Amino acid sequence: MLNYFFKRLFQASLVMLIISFVSFSLFNFVGDPVNNMVGQEASDERREEIRDKLGINDPIYIQFYNFVENIVQGNFGISYQLKRPVSELISERMPATLELVFVSAILAISVGVFLGVYTGIHRDRFLSKVILVVSLAGVSLPTFIIGIMLIYLFSVILGVLPSFGRGQVVDLGFWTTGFLTISGLKALILPSVTLSLFQMTYIIRLVRAEMMEILQTDYIKFAKARGIAQNIINYRYALKNGLIPVITITGINIGTLIAFSIITETVFQWPGMGSLFINAVYFVDIPIMSAYMILVAFIFVMINFIVDIAYYFIDPRIRLREEKE
Amino acid sequence: MNIYQRLYNTDIGYSFFNSKVAIFSFLLFLLIVFSSLFAEFVSPYDPFNPLNVSLMDAFIPPVWTEEGDVRFILGTDQQGRDMLSTIIYGSRISLIVGFASIAFAMIVGLFLGITAGYIGGKYEVIVMRLTDVQLTIPSILMALLVDGIARAIISKSMHDEMAIYVLIFAIGISEWPQFARVTRASTLVEKNKEYVAASKIIGLSSIYIMFKHILPNILRPVLVIATIGLALAIIAESTLSFLGVGVPPTTPSLGTLIRFGNNFLFSGEWWITFFPAIFLIILALSINLLGDWMRDALNPKLKKR
Repeated sequence: MLNYFFKRLFQASLVMLIISFVSFSLFNFVGDPVNNMVGQEASDERREEIRDKLGINDPIYIQFYNFVENIVQGNFGISYQLKRPVSELISERMPATLELVFVSAILAISVGVFLGVYTGIHRDRFLSKVILVVSLAGVSLPTFIIGIMLIYLFSVILGVLPSFGRGQVVDLGFWTTGFLTISGLKALILPSVTLSLFQMTYIIRLVRAEMMEILQTDYIKFAKARGIAQNIINYRYALKNGLIPVITITGINIGTLIAFSIITETVFQWPGMGSLFINAVYFVDIPIMSAYMILVAFIFVMINFIVDIAYYFIDPRIRLREEKE
Repeated sequence: MNIYQRLYNTDIGYSFFNSKVAIFSFLLFLLIVFSSLFAEFVSPYDPFNPLNVSLMDAFIPPVWTEEGDVRFILGTDQQGRDMLSTIIYGSRISLIVGFASIAFAMIVGLFLGITAGYIGGKYEVIVMRLTDVQLTIPSILMALLVDGIARAIISKSMHDEMAIYVLIFAIGISEWPQFARVTRASTLVEKNKEYVAASKIIGLSSIYIMFKHILPNILRPVLVIATIGLALAIIAESTLSFLGVGVPPTTPSLGTLIRFGNNFLFSGEWWITFFPAIFLIILALSINLLGDWMRDALNPKLKKR
């Protein structure tokens, strides 16, 4: 168990180290940071002084060490464009993105698993076929087009839902939430549906395939031979194993949702981290770009790590394989 | 025997000519490719020639609405450009970026996949770990990051010229792991076959064996991934352009057109964003349907006995 745990932890740290090195090089080799701080008229001595103070004259590995030390303390530097600390900007915008991703994940997983199980068990029903055709179309629909279509239908034509922003938010001091006001909840509907739709179609197909495979296995056939009612076989025997991949899906799903939230946030002018990042790319604001990169990588690595550990407890096959080694 | 009959007698040909969905989606795709290839002859106007464009013609709705104009079947945009023409020219950019980035991803993925499978050892472990790590990152995020880094490295004045190459590189680099995975798996199977052993005995070099003998035998699954990847690449391109970090506005792709049109959604000019969006969906759907058919047709397990 400990062996497995440390192996995963080592892999996770390695990935984080590589990512931080990439963003470190971005800082160091792209443009001259001194030029970003002083004007054109600064003398060479003054420049050299700043260089020393910034530690640019130190050897690379010491600079990298300092960089990592800063990041661990939550110090990502100051945005070139907005002239404010990046950590402040990100913590301001994080709640918006996380709330959006949270609602979309619940929507995608619950509806996706439900429809996947349904189409897997009743594969010949007409409704199953309709769901599958729609889900194939869903894969071909780019996220931003779904968003535009929903805005056109519900905001422009029907005028029932807001098309941009978070509505009224409640400030809890460390967190701003849209869950507590009606306008906040209304503002969440369109973006979260947009964000979850693509993932939902994906989950439907995966769960369906898994259910169909399990229903072919020997233990299900045996249960049938024993004369156990089909409903009990479906929902008690098959479903249990059919839900194992849902754990991985949930992990990957949340990561993907964070990535795709960049698009959704742009379409709906949602004041989250994704729109902050896109603006940073647009204006080549390196501190924000590298902070976002490290943060998202960290979330990804953490999710993968948790999923791996969860698997260890849920799937006995992995435990056996590890013990053999 | 003519070509048609010879094609019909192959496995794939038979499956193709007996699948209505495959024929339909292929013809649709071909139509789009040819019309964008010969945009100069097909489209009613050259939308980027200032002589053809008049601001007087701006915001004309499609021909079947009351204020429509016969000259502009799908209406005009904010600058008075014919929508149909801009869409045809825009799909050309989308297709160029799509094809080029998939070709790039294929070359990188094929090379790393074959060499990893054939050589094995530590090299294989490193390549496969790299693909694993990259597969956990959604490709659109990868493309955005690469695009962002490239923007930081390339100076602003060079930007618009380089934008299309940056885009191809960013999308290509985000799609290669799929190819590497599949080619490695197939190479592992192929390298134990007799013809590879025979080639080794007669003293052919490893490079020759890999790319002359093994490569042609593993192209089938690669073709499926390339087809589905093309749809993904086109969607990725339009997404990046929609976000404003794709191709420059002077050479708009479908995504750029949708981005511009989106500004006019609330004032009622729905056609400016609607038609490019529909066109993009049709394009992606036709490729996806083709890929779906191909996956089944090339899968020996599913062959009907």
